Amino acid sequence: MNRIVSYFKTFALWELLKGLSVTQKNFFRKSVTLEYPEEKTPQSPRFRGLHALRRYPNGEERCIACKLCEAVCPALAITIESHVGEDGTRRTSRYDIDLFKCIYCGFCEEACPVDAIVETRIHEYHMEAPGENIMTKDKLLAIGEKYDAMISADEAADAKYR
Amino acid sequence: MSDDVINIEVDGKPVEAKRGQMVIEVTDAVGAYVPRFCYHEKLSIAANCRMCLVEVEKAPKPLPACATPVNEGMKVFTKSPNAIAAQKATMEFLLINHPLDCPICDQGGECELQDLAMGYGRDVSRYNDGKRVVKDKDIGPLVSTDMTRCIHCTRCVRFGEEVTGRPQLGTTERGENMKIGTYIEQNVDHELSANIIDLCPVGALNNKPYRYSARAWEMVQRPTVSPHDCVGSNLYAHVLRGTVKRIVPRENEAINETWLADRDRYSYEAIYSPARLESPMVKESGEWRQLDWEEALALAARRLQAAGSKTGILASPSSTAEEGHLLARIASHLGTRNIDHRIERRDFSDQDADPAYPWLGCDIADIEKQDAIFVIGSNVRREAPIIAHRIRKAALGGASVSFASSEPHEYFFDVDEYLSGAGLAELLSGTGTKGVVDKLTKAENALVLLGNIAGRHEAFSTVRALAAEIAKSSGAKLGTLSPGANSAGLCLAGVLPGADGLHAGAMLDQDLDAVVLLGIEPDVDIHSTAGAVDKLSRKDFVVALTAFDSSALREAADLLLPIGTWAETSGTYINVEGRWQSFDGVANPVGQSRPAWKVLRVLGNLIEAPQFDYLTSEDVRDELQTGLGEIQPQSYSGSTKPAKPNGEDAPAAEIDTPIYSVDGLVRRAAALQMTTAAKQAAEGDG
Repeated sequence: MNRIVSYFKTFALWELLKGLSVTQKNFFRKSVTLEYPEEKTPQSPRFRGLHALRRYPNGEERCIACKLCEAVCPALAITIESHVGEDGTRRTSRYDIDLFKCIYCGFCEEACPVDAIVETRIHEYHMEAPGENIMTKDKLLAIGEKYDAMISADEAADAKYR
Repeated sequence: MSDDVINIEVDGKPVEAKRGQMVIEVTDAVGAYVPRFCYHEKLSIAANCRMCLVEVEKAPKPLPACATPVNEGMKVFTKSPNAIAAQKATMEFLLINHPLDCPICDQGGECELQDLAMGYGRDVSRYNDGKRVVKDKDIGPLVSTDMTRCIHCTRCVRFGEEVTGRPQLGTTERGENMKIGTYIEQNVDHELSANIIDLCPVGALNNKPYRYSARAWEMVQRPTVSPHDCVGSNLYAHVLRGTVKRIVPRENEAINETWLADRDRYSYEAIYSPARLESPMVKESGEWRQLDWEEALALAARRLQAAGSKTGILASPSSTAEEGHLLARIASHLGTRNIDHRIERRDFSDQDADPAYPWLGCDIADIEKQDAIFVIGSNVRREAPIIAHRIRKAALGGASVSFASSEPHEYFFDVDEYLSGAGLAELLSGTGTKGVVDKLTKAENALVLLGNIAGRHEAFSTVRALAAEIAKSSGAKLGTLSPGANSAGLCLAGVLPGADGLHAGAMLDQDLDAVVLLGIEPDVDIHSTAGAVDKLSRKDFVVALTAFDSSALREAADLLLPIGTWAETSGTYINVEGRWQSFDGVANPVGQSRPAWKVLRVLGNLIEAPQFDYLTSEDVRDELQTGLGEIQPQSYSGSTKPAKPNGEDAPAAEIDTPIYSVDGLVRRAAALQMTTAAKQAAEGDG
């Protein structure tokens, strides 16, 4: 009996129709894939991408060279040198993050007592020459300035969960 | 005495204690830790922080462990709920006014308050009112202040009163308004003053040159020894990525206890001074040119071999014993006995009577046990601050301390007799010494100490003979301070001319073809002969192994070889008690500089000295030590008949090196040069 049923099914292209029904069913569903880079997936405000150093609204650097991020960094990616700044405060003279070492765990962000070092939602970046993997203080501050609006919005969105 | 031993109980365990001990001493001895801020072993008891409250059975309230003497049958509970509650309450009060600036505080990570707040503090403060803010004081170039952080333990105040004898810090007002300060604005400028940094349990008093440059947890702590005086204070260098960031004392009860002279603490700044010589340099027809090590060493070797027995060698008294041994071996291979390290001495007339090495006469720790001390020709607070501190301890313990020197120096204890106003030889041969001799005679333990001003005296042999006469007639020990960190080591290593060689005073006047200088700046370090720079510049070939570049060196020398400072080389210093203290290099070398013993080792190879294949400085030291065998310390016991002064005995001719000018390192330490003492010396009344 079974053999007869399968014989007819073969000639009626049943398996094919069964497969096409799945195609048909999904044909009218909303697509889950994206046309990257034209389209992008939504990101959490806690997304941990490229680092940035922030400033206060009056332009003063937030970082006070306490070196807690350096101490907490599990990948030893952060190198800081500190000195007495021009205004007599504790400041960094060097703040390097090696992006090849960094594992984007976000501990630096959590350790920072003044919210100076943050991980932004930027995740599309590349390096062209050796040494560009070292994010210097100037580069980090520049990112902080450029994406200040985004960073502040993310902080605000996350603030109530902290 | 058995009566003195009493039995108490600490946390339920029976413990034996001595009568008169405080509870905290007993709990410390058995390892039951009691938190504390104001209590310090070396200082008197203040009991004002209240952190060490413990529960004692039958006492109605918790008692401060630091100020409660033990009693027979006392039962102490250090970890009972009552004790912990009292400690936590104290901590909460202390934190009311303490700022939350740990991230920028240099004490962060090594702070007693921070540590104890982890154990006894609440996680969230209940206090909502304003915090106290105190204006910072400027107390000089060595110690930075953040007085808002002060918790009023008064350790710094007690240090000034009890240890230095110069109470410059004190408290004003009371209660919440209490402030630590200098009353009138002034520098805290005792030569031990920077120890208040280590004493301060919080970040109120901190190291000024080190300020904000590193964190306690990221530095590596490496042991080393002070290169500035004959004491050989034990140090820890705190090193970050190969760079010395600061120096702190290494506790050694036999030498420096827990203290450190400011000179030892801050001289590391000179390691990174712009005056460091960073590559070998040669003078060719008046022009200086950089050259590489290979060429430089080949040149030095060629010229030294050509000079042969007409070579003279002068080493700084702060060179290590290894360097001394290698120099002595090079000298013997070259066939010369013209080798010396006594560049500060001016009178060599009875050098045959010198003991094997300059000896203090007793151990450093024994100085405070003396009943009478007579210090001759020494500004001891400057020459060896730690010895001066021990002498002060002896004086406070009831010893009679007398001085003889043409210029009176300030001491912060009762000086019994101060002979001054004339040349040393005149003072010692006059009748003025009678009172002192009487006291020395009566004392059971008496010490006559010859200082470095005497050592540099134009009639040193007379002064020494007179001192020996005084010591002999009164039954006192005769001891001496010595210049540099390693005069003893260099004497033992054979950096001495012997009978047929030229001593430091005569060497430069003779017709020599080549001169080797090790760690010497001829314009300021050499006292044994006048016009050393000029005399050197007229020699055919002068090679200077030096850490620092200077115009005088460029005038005097033809070849400059950069060597490491004491922090960059391994070596051994033998202090004035005859104690061998070896240390490793703690920092990376600056520029192309190399440890001097390595330079000398290669130089030895190039002049084809036999068996010159040392791999480590320990090999050199072991060879030296084996060759020496057992050395018994001995004092000068030469002529007891004082010779006639064979030089001037005028007070004006005496040389007193200012405390912050003793060697190249100290002279280039920026913070030390900003102190009151250095400024006064620069103005000429130091």
